[in-house]
Amino acid sequence: MDKYELPDAMGHYGPYGGRFVAETLIPALDELNQAYQEAQADPEFRAELHSELRQFVGRPNPLYHAERISRRLGGAQIYLKREDLNHTGAHKINNAVGQALLARRMGKKRIIAETGAGQHGVATATVATRYGMECLVYMGEEDIQRQSSNVFRMRLLGAQVAAVTSGTRTLKDALNEALRDWVTHVDNTFYVIGTVAGPHPYPAMVRDFHRVIGDEARAQCLELTGRLPDVCVACVGGGSNAIGLFYPFINDQSVRLIGVEAGGLGLSTGQHAAPLTSGRPGVLHGNRTYLMEDEDGQILPTHSISAGLDYPGVGPEHAYLKDIGRAEYVVATDQEALQAFHELCRTEGIIPALETAHALAHAFAIAPGMRSDQTIIVNLSGRGDKDIHTVAALEGIHL
Amino acid sequence: MSRLTAMFALLQQKNRAALIPFITAGDPSLTATVPLMHALVESGADAIELGMPFSDPMADGPSIQRASERALGRGVKLRMVLEWVREFRHSNQQTPVILMGYLNPLEAMGMATFAELAAEVGVDGVIVVDLTPEEGREESALLKACGVDPIFLLAPTSGAARVQTVRELGSGFVYYVSLRGITGAAQSDWPEVLKRVGELRQALALPVAIGFGIRDAGTVARVAQGADAVVVGSALVEQLADCRDDQTAVQVAKIFIQGLADAVQKPRSIQ
Ligand SMILES: Cc1ncc(COP(=O)(O)O)c(C=O)c1O
Repeated sequence: MDKYELPDAMGHYGPYGGRFVAETLIPALDELNQAYQEAQADPEFRAELHSELRQFVGRPNPLYHAERISRRLGGAQIYLKREDLNHTGAHKINNAVGQALLARRMGKKRIIAETGAGQHGVATATVATRYGMECLVYMGEEDIQRQSSNVFRMRLLGAQVAAVTSGTRTLKDALNEALRDWVTHVDNTFYVIGTVAGPHPYPAMVRDFHRVIGDEARAQCLELTGRLPDVCVACVGGGSNAIGLFYPFINDQSVRLIGVEAGGLGLSTGQHAAPLTSGRPGVLHGNRTYLMEDEDGQILPTHSISAGLDYPGVGPEHAYLKDIGRAEYVVATDQEALQAFHELCRTEGIIPALETAHALAHAFAIAPGMRSDQTIIVNLSGRGDKDIHTVAALEGIHL
Repeated sequence: MSRLTAMFALLQQKNRAALIPFITAGDPSLTATVPLMHALVESGADAIELGMPFSDPMADGPSIQRASERALGRGVKLRMVLEWVREFRHSNQQTPVILMGYLNPLEAMGMATFAELAAEVGVDGVIVVDLTPEEGREESALLKACGVDPIFLLAPTSGAARVQTVRELGSGFVYYVSLRGITGAAQSDWPEVLKRVGELRQALALPVAIGFGIRDAGTVARVAQGADAVVVGSALVEQLADCRDDQTAVQVAKIFIQGLADAVQKPRSIQ
């Protein structure tokens, strides 16, 4: 493969990506792209971002050798990239800081975001407060119920949370509503998209803000093991933590990249959120990518135990990496994720997010079949405090 | 000559704007759509815009969102929408019909198949809200090859370069979105809108319709003075939403459109 340099100038990754939005937003996307290119080329912006990631987010976070679980599985060595140790408890803050700094540079005073699990909403609310900006977060009514503690966190941080009651009342509808808000307030508002989806330049920009995960992990792995990892594993909702880990390894052909989608109740039930594994290409939320849709092109409701993976689309770069075979995409079911969740709690003393537990489930499944001198890096994308109510409820315990 | 060209030519002679109501196909019922289309024409509509329901209508406000959800809940499919146009054409060969919707359902059918079927049943133009001219070159060509006009949107935020692209790729007419916002929102700065539309009419060599935010006869009359067509959507969709049966819906639509039809009769002050 030639050196990987995507997207092209129009935001395409092969046939995927691009810009499929109402005309009103096109000039705003041009303006954003321009501002982003300038910021990227500006050493001052980069220095400020770097400093914020150190001082406010707490980077670099460790690449932690999970020895107990590796020994127990009796195969590959498992290393966890500890995004859960970031301020606010997930990888989402990397991107929120980046976009908020960009918003400030562009002179926007009002920022909006969509959120599913609430992690991106909390991260955005946090940086909005940090930089003195007004913040409104759209969240599906169903997710508001599932993730009530994050809703309260956002409100504590001074953000307004708007309940979205249209469609399936989950992440996809929150995204629709945020796009509607942006169309209406495009002059003074910056839309902080929380994953590598949306119209160009969002997928590329969000990836760039998250590549710090893979850059750090690559250097840490070389330092700790003397070589590159054999496998990188991450869960895939929209795909931001996965692309953040994968991107710096794309040209390292020896490294397998595996994205784990939400298998929900099982692929055969249709109750899942696995567009790459079982969907087909289409257009939603401003880009062309794999989608969960019916035969008439209507978007299907999704199911996952984790709100953050409960999304019928996926970032266009993953669609491309799948098609060219550079990354593989698999699923873990709700049950498998739950099992991995408990296993990590009990073995390593780390409570992972339910999203992350999908990646863990797959890593735990493949590790025993690998040699003990081989390495798997799992992106530990977030901590599980937000999920304890969900897990308790499954055990019949009301917290 | 296409039905749209013929309509605009005729109205140019009368020096008045076209009235184009929008309804969502399959709302308020599956059986209401064709009778509603006829009722709109009888009460003064010059053309009809028919919404193709989509699960994620990101450019639409609550009224049209809910209408889409209701229609999909009743099982509306793209093929049904096209068949309703065919049925409408049995007794109406003059009135232009424009379909409006989102890209994904069209791609699910296959753009080439959709273009052929649309032409066959008597569709005159297609507006795909999330398909910009840059991304839509191939799709526009497919539609044009079948004799269906690809109609593009321009917005208050559109710059000169985009106007040029639309001039190259669009046909039929251009739809000017009168506001920064979604369907059903309110616009107040009509003088600014009319000034911009005046410039666009000069620059485009295509008729310009104004839509979004037009809810009553007073606004229709005002907008009609400076545009080639006036589109009224959410206000009508809202009225139809509450109708218990098809007969009521037809009556409500007639009364509503009659109330607007007079507003486009007055000749324009400009050419
Ligand atoms: C901890 C965590 N991991 C993963 C995700 C999924 O998002 P993405 O696929 O963009 O990383 C979320 C989303 O809310 C999350 O909170």
